[in-house]
Amino acid sequence: MQLSGNNNSRRHATLVDLRRGEVAILDRLDLPGADAHRLMELGFLPGAQVMARCSAPGGDPMVFRVDSAEFALRRETARRLKVLRPDRAPLP
Amino acid sequence: MSDCRDCGHGCALEAPPAAKSRYQATAPEFVALIGPPNSGKTTLFNRLTGLRQKVANFPGVTVEQHTGWAVLPDGREIGIIDLPGVYSLSPRSEDERVACDVLYGRHATTPRPEAVLLVLDVTNLPRHLMLAAPILALGLPTMVLLNMADDLRSRGGEVDLAALSSQLGVPVALVSARQGEGLDSVFTFLAGAMRKPQPMELPVLQDVPRCREWANRVGNRAAYRAPAPPEWTRRLDAVFLHPVAGPLIFGLVVIAVFQTIFTAAAPLMDGVRWLFHVSGNWVATSLPDSAIRSLLVEGIWSGVGSVIVFLPQVLLLFLFIGILEDSGYLARAAVISDRTMARAGLQGKSFIPLLSAYACAVPAILATRTIENRRDRIATILIAPFMTCSARLPVYTLVIAAFIPDRPLVGVFLGMRAAAMLGLYMVGFLAAVTTARILKSSVLRSDGTPFLLEMPAYRWPTVSSLGLRLLDRSKVFLRRAGTVILLVTVLLWVMAHVPVHDGHAPPIADSLAGSLGRSIEPIIRPLGFDWKIGIGLITSLAARETIIGTLGAIYGMDPESHAATLQTALQHDLSLGGAVALLIFFAFSMQCISTIAVVRRETGGWKWPAFQFVYMGSLAYLGAFLAARFIG
Repeated sequence: MQLSGNNNSRRHATLVDLRRGEVAILDRLDLPGADAHRLMELGFLPGAQVMARCSAPGGDPMVFRVDSAEFALRRETARRLKVLRPDRAPLP
Repeated sequence: MSDCRDCGHGCALEAPPAAKSRYQATAPEFVALIGPPNSGKTTLFNRLTGLRQKVANFPGVTVEQHTGWAVLPDGREIGIIDLPGVYSLSPRSEDERVACDVLYGRHATTPRPEAVLLVLDVTNLPRHLMLAAPILALGLPTMVLLNMADDLRSRGGEVDLAALSSQLGVPVALVSARQGEGLDSVFTFLAGAMRKPQPMELPVLQDVPRCREWANRVGNRAAYRAPAPPEWTRRLDAVFLHPVAGPLIFGLVVIAVFQTIFTAAAPLMDGVRWLFHVSGNWVATSLPDSAIRSLLVEGIWSGVGSVIVFLPQVLLLFLFIGILEDSGYLARAAVISDRTMARAGLQGKSFIPLLSAYACAVPAILATRTIENRRDRIATILIAPFMTCSARLPVYTLVIAAFIPDRPLVGVFLGMRAAAMLGLYMVGFLAAVTTARILKSSVLRSDGTPFLLEMPAYRWPTVSSLGLRLLDRSKVFLRRAGTVILLVTVLLWVMAHVPVHDGHAPPIADSLAGSLGRSIEPIIRPLGFDWKIGIGLITSLAARETIIGTLGAIYGMDPESHAATLQTALQHDLSLGGAVALLIFFAFSMQCISTIAVVRRETGGWKWPAFQFVYMGSLAYLGAFLAARFIG
């Protein structure tokens, strides 16, 4: 993977980009205040570890594990949750 | 249970030293059960009060407050208020608002609780502990109950109760509401061992990240070790949410339910029919020929009896619904069908109310309280009665059994009758989805709130829970048969026997009931219905299955079809087109007073129920007309 591409994907990744079983750190919730509030109450807090789990047929909604609970989110919502991926491949 | 509230001073958490705990002199009168959704509040409520409020394995089953009485060992009674689940005390949906109103003493009919039992799922402790902050801030005597102790142990989690108790400044107990474990400590608390919480430093309640930090810190200091993720849930989800296997299993489950409802219920229904036949004959022979005998045999026995015959079938349906709900599969079904919901413009939260509408539209409409957006909620209320409720099941079964041959369609797997039934359920569902789509793209357009559904861990449905559901359902069914349907049947019998000529009842066609049916005959003739069906349509406005009682009574009194069974009488009176028209009519129309009443209450006026009644009625008439016209 190219360095710039890697940076790019790190900067712009959202929950939708996670592959099954992949873990990422939630960075920012790009949602209206009340909606973000509710998601944070459920554990979707900046800094939290989120793991992508299975998704429904067709890929929508997607199921995510956060803490020890699992939640189904529609892609339109998951797309608004920005994540930081831990470095997957060692840099060349 | 730990009793070390006072050691809070010695701990690292800052507690004002002056705080002297005040003892509650007597036991409180009312105690509220509060906690996050699906943490087991209602299971605990049922344990404490001996009542049987509905429980199931998905979030948001309880949408209203319920009060029951817990009897203490010394005989005193304490009111326990079961509340809908909340994630915080900043309510966003109707059910959460109810919970908060009760806690703050703002609810119109429920007294303000003097103490709180906070029920948390111990397998999700840090997140659930966030709710402790606003609850402790209320300043009421509080006990924290860590529910699902059995799950914590079996999956290798741990928590130090004494440390947690001192961190929170209130007593803490580990319980398992499902197994009845740890309830002694709850009774001890209720019996008066309660104090105001030790004042603790709580986070700013509106600041979610701070609250969470606080909860994490409390959990860490209580040496909380989260249990391993439920392994079986992961494995089952890999199958049930598999891109190919998932929808396939979903479809197979649905087909199996319908096939079983037809085949497995038949012998039981024959048994009930035989009972009514034998007991009816016995009454007929042991009473002298009189008006009373006629009322009993021709009216009540053939009317009410013909409805009760369907009890086994309705119970079988509820058994299946119960298994799906209690196991946790329902939440997965909601995820699988979310795309369909999304296309109709509905949010995923509408799925669970709509699914419970397969049992009955009334609880389904109450369940829409979990939908935060008002327009989404109204759209869901408006389409819920299109879902095939259990009161339609007897009508469908009767007409299908009379007109559709009992032949296999796909081997032994799916018979033609079950397929016809499945088709009717689909017709109702499609009407619902199409209506939603029209409404959501016009008068009820909304931005929508994000769809969020917590996926509960799978659990084995317990025999007692399923048994209680069936018992409750039998009561509801029999109560309806014994009240509404009995009343309608008696009224019908009287109307079929007036006006009296020369001391004799008129032929039924010329009676008051007959002329009422004849008066609407011009309207229903295009649908292929005669006046007898017409009378049934009028009475079924009270409740759908009343039409069966009505037809049973009419055919019981009508000398022409006297000896025939309800089925053969129907075959005589209806063409195939008329039968299909009747099925379509019942699939679409809103013949249920209870539903109309609950829609009026939940939407706060007559506008929506009136619209719904007219819309569904017009669709029913049009659909039936087309069916009669083209099938002939």
